Amino acid sequence: MEREDALVQLLTPDGERIDRAVGPDGVEYSVELTDEEYRGLYRDLVTVRRLDAEATALQRQGELGIWASLLGQEAAQVGSGRALRPQDMVFPTYREHGVLYCRGIDPIMPLSLFRGVDQGAWDPNEFRFGMYTIVIGAQTLHATGYAMGIAKDGKVGGDDGEAVIAYFGDGATSQGDVNEAFIWSAVYTAPVVFFCQNNQYAISEPIERQTRVPLYRRAAGFGFPGVRVDGNDVLATYAVTRHALDHARGGQGPTLIEAYTYRMGAHTTSDDPSRYRPAAEAEAWRARDPIARLAAFLGKQRIADESFFADVDEQAKDQAVRLRERVLTMPDPAPESIFQNVYPHGSPLLDDERERFEAYRKSFEGSAH
Amino acid sequence: MAAEVLTLGKALNAGLRRSLERDAKVVIMGEDVGKLGGVFRITDGLQKDFGEDRVIDTPLAESGIIGTAIGLALRGYRPVCEIQFDGFVYPAYDQIVSQVAKMHYRSRGMVRLPIVIRIPFGGGIGAVEHHSESPEAYFAHTPGLKVVTCSNPSDGYTMIQQAIASDDPIVFLEPKRRYWEKGEVDTEAEAYPLHAARVARPGTDATVVAYGPMVRTALDAATAAAEDGRQLEVIDLRSLSPLDLGPVYESVRRTGRCVVVHEAPSNVGLGAEVAARVTEECFYSLESPVLRVTGFDTPYPAARVEEEYLPDLDRVLDAVDRTYGW
Repeated sequence: MEREDALVQLLTPDGERIDRAVGPDGVEYSVELTDEEYRGLYRDLVTVRRLDAEATALQRQGELGIWASLLGQEAAQVGSGRALRPQDMVFPTYREHGVLYCRGIDPIMPLSLFRGVDQGAWDPNEFRFGMYTIVIGAQTLHATGYAMGIAKDGKVGGDDGEAVIAYFGDGATSQGDVNEAFIWSAVYTAPVVFFCQNNQYAISEPIERQTRVPLYRRAAGFGFPGVRVDGNDVLATYAVTRHALDHARGGQGPTLIEAYTYRMGAHTTSDDPSRYRPAAEAEAWRARDPIARLAAFLGKQRIADESFFADVDEQAKDQAVRLRERVLTMPDPAPESIFQNVYPHGSPLLDDERERFEAYRKSFEGSAH
Repeated sequence: MAAEVLTLGKALNAGLRRSLERDAKVVIMGEDVGKLGGVFRITDGLQKDFGEDRVIDTPLAESGIIGTAIGLALRGYRPVCEIQFDGFVYPAYDQIVSQVAKMHYRSRGMVRLPIVIRIPFGGGIGAVEHHSESPEAYFAHTPGLKVVTCSNPSDGYTMIQQAIASDDPIVFLEPKRRYWEKGEVDTEAEAYPLHAARVARPGTDATVVAYGPMVRTALDAATAAAEDGRQLEVIDLRSLSPLDLGPVYESVRRTGRCVVVHEAPSNVGLGAEVAARVTEECFYSLESPVLRVTGFDTPYPAARVEEEYLPDLDRVLDAVDRTYGW
C-alpha cells in the first residue's frame, strides 16, 4: 500500500518551509502567517501538550478515571482548530482537547468528564463545540444534519457563511454511521468537513484492519474531494482545513481530510501500546514531532529565540499547575443531580423515584451512617 | 365543532399537516415520505404542499435518518422521522438510545432534541418478517425517551401534534393494523394530555389494560363480556413512558381484577411493568394476581399463523375468566 501518497506538507520534519503543495484534489495549498501567528501556533501546541501531560499524570495518580491522550496529534488539532471561524460548529470525539482549547473552552471541562464529575458541561451553543462523543463515529451524522440545517437556513454561499467540522479517527471509518454521513452530506451538499485523524491505531487494531486503501481516497467514491495532509505539520493542517471550510461555506459541499499522524501514547490510559506496536515505530514517528519541527522553523527563521521558548514552557507549566489544583478541589456533584435533566419537562415516574430516594437519604440523617 | 370521520391514517396525515403549517421548523424526513407519501401514505401530499425542503426523502439508512435529525434538532429544527417499519428501527437503535435519549442529560439541559420518531408497529396485516414487530419495551426501558401510541383516529390526530410540539424526544408508535379503521375526529376539541391514560370503556367487574392495536381487541372483548353480564373497564394507556397508572390503580381498586394485554412477547415486556406496579399499589384490593395476555416469546411468526400469535378477544376473555378462579 502506498501509505505516503499525496501527503500535503508545508513544513518538513527538519523545519524547512515548503512554499506550496498540491493536494490529490488538485488544489494548491499555502499559508502566509505573521511572525506573531507562527508564535501563537507554537504556544498552542506546547500548551496543549503540557495540559495533556498533566491530565495523564492526574490519571496515574488516581484523580481521573481514565484519560484519552492527544500526545502526537497536537498539530492536527491546533492546525484545524485555528482554521475555524467563530461561527463554525465542531462535532468532536473524546480526544479533541486541542480543538477544545482553540475554541476557548476552559481546559478543565474534559477533565471533569474523565474524573466523573459530569459528562462534559460546556455549552455547545455558546462555544459552538458539541459534546464529546464516545460512540465511535456517531457525531459525524450529527454534524451532517447540523450542516443540512445551515444550508436550509441559507447560511452558505458567502463569506459570513457557516461550516461544520466533524472529528473522528481511523477506526471510525469502519463504522456504518461514518459512511452514512458521507452519503448524506454528498447527497444534500451539506457544508461539512470530515476531519479524520488517522493516528494509525484503533486501540490495538492497526490501520490495515480498517482499510485496504488510503482513507482520503474513500471520498471519491462518495463524490466529494479527499485530501491527505501531514497531520504533524501544523501549517499544512491549517491550510487544508481552512480551504475545506471555505469550500463548504461557499456551498460546494463536504471534504474529507485525512490527517496522517500518530498517537504517541496509549489509546487511553487503560491500554498498553507495547503489546501491539513495535517500539521502533514510535521512535520513527518521534522524528516527525509536530512541536520540534515548528520550533526548528521558528529558530531558523529567527521568528523566536530561546527566551521565547523558555517563556512558553514556563507559561504552559503554570497553566498545568493551576489546572491540577482545580481538579483536586473539584467537588463531587450532589446525589440528587442524578435525577436532573433526564427530560426537558420532567416525568412523573422520575419525580416519584427522586422523592423516594430523598426520603431514604433523609432517613439516615442524625445516624452514624 | 368540526368533527369528521377519518381513518387513523388520514387523521395522522391531517395532524402532520397542521404541525407543518403551525411551525416552519418542523421537517418530516424518512424513506419514501415524499413523492410516494410513505408506504402507508401517512405523509401523502405533504411534500407536494410543503416542498422537498420540509418533507425530505432520505437515503436508505435508518441510523442516518436519526443521526442527521439530531444535527437538525441541534440547529433548531423539529424533525419528525419516519421509520418505515418496526423491524427496521434496529439499525437506528444506537442513535436513538445512545444519542437522542441522552443528550439532554449529558449536557445538563443545555441541549434539547425535540425529535419525533414515528414507527408503524405491530402485526395483523399479513406482512413478511421484520414488518410486524412490537419494539416498545426497548424504548420504554430507555431513560430520556418518551414513548406513546395512539389507538384511534381522534388520538392519532391530536397526539402526533402534541408529540411534535413537545421538547422531549418521543418514539411515536402507530398501530399499523388500525390505519384503515375509521373514527370521529374533532379538530377543534381541547386536547387530552399526551402522557395520560384514558378510560376507553367504563366497567365494574375487571380492568383490562391495553394500548395501541390491542385497545380495539380489548373493547371487542368488553362488548362480548357484556353480553354475558360482565362489565369490563378498558383503559388505553396511550403513554408507555412515562406510564400513567393512576387511572389503572383507581380502576383496579374498584374491580379487584386486572388483565394487561399487548402484542409484544411477555418476557420483560410492558405487561410485567404494569403488573408489578399494580401489585405494589393495589395489593389489598386485588382479588387475584394481575394476568398478562401477550404475544408469545418467539420471533414474530409467519403471516399464515399470526392469528394464533396475536392476542384476540377470546384470549382476553379467558384471562378475565381466570381472574375469577382464585
